[in-house]
Amino acid sequence: MGVLSRFTNYIKTVMSSFLDRAEDPGQTLDYSYQKQIEQLQGLRRSIADVVTSEKRLELQEAQVNQQIEKLDGQARQALGVGREDLARLALERKQSLQTQLATFDQQIVQLKDQQQKFVVMEQRLSSRVESFRTQKEMVKAQYNAASAQVRIQEAATGLSEEMSDVNLAVERAQDKVLQMQARAQAMDELTASGTLPELGSGGDQLDRQLAAIGNQSEVDRQLAELKTQMQLPSGDQQGQPQQLPPPAAPTND
Amino acid sequence: MIVRIMTEDQYRLADEQLPEVQRLDDDLEKAVDSGDDESFRAALGQLIAFVRAHGEAVAIEEVVPSDLMIPAPDMSLAEAKSRLHPEPAVRPATE
Repeated sequence: MGVLSRFTNYIKTVMSSFLDRAEDPGQTLDYSYQKQIEQLQGLRRSIADVVTSEKRLELQEAQVNQQIEKLDGQARQALGVGREDLARLALERKQSLQTQLATFDQQIVQLKDQQQKFVVMEQRLSSRVESFRTQKEMVKAQYNAASAQVRIQEAATGLSEEMSDVNLAVERAQDKVLQMQARAQAMDELTASGTLPELGSGGDQLDRQLAAIGNQSEVDRQLAELKTQMQLPSGDQQGQPQQLPPPAAPTND
Repeated sequence: MIVRIMTEDQYRLADEQLPEVQRLDDDLEKAVDSGDDESFRAALGQLIAFVRAHGEAVAIEEVVPSDLMIPAPDMSLAEAKSRLHPEPAVRPATE
């Protein structure tokens, strides 16, 4: 077992930190139990962290939605006073915020998934810790039953393995959550300063150009829609509201 | 023997499944040596699928150590590599 046994050995090395033995076997068991409880608390804190990140993203999402509404209103206003250029700018901003919204949704789904995994782990770990506690009390009561001693030792090893596993999962999830938080933080700052993220940032040059084209025609479409709603002519020169607006702006798709 | 899929759960495997686990581990080793992340993930996926299909999940109130641990299903080659002991000192019992 090449890879598997090397991996197993690595985890066992990590585990040994949970298995510091005291002289007195009874003390060792209490100490292990203590560590297990701490680990369980740590896991519960991690669940709380994930939930906090989730809430924060939801809050940001709501803010972005508000801003989208505001930009929509501004586009309307701009069109009303004949400033199609400003209306276009507002719609462009709105479009890039909408791209951001999709990212938020994705991240929220990821966090919910992580939370679910942690909850399952927490249930498993707490049942096993409880089972360990029962065995521990039994062993302490019948100190010289050798078979009980062996069993509890096995249980202690099994639990420290479980704890290393949980640790690993928490560590990996924290990395992911930290990355998300950093991105969310950056987004907060951008939104606050009024600077919006680049269109389709993250992709390569071609992706960005394609996204820009896509956004542009979406902006054109929305502009035309607004004009229809506001009963403005769809041409580039406007001004006075008209009664019968032409059906739509030139479509070039 | 008892096998743990990291970040998931423990499974009990019958002795007659060991040769296949061994074979899948060989594939995994080849993938690690090749340095190709995609083949590593494929080999790991097969191994995990085999354990899930043929193993019996260890009961939740049972607290037992594992003989063998398998990297988490979503581990990349780079991450797994950083978690490999330099040499396979502990041989899993094949009783």
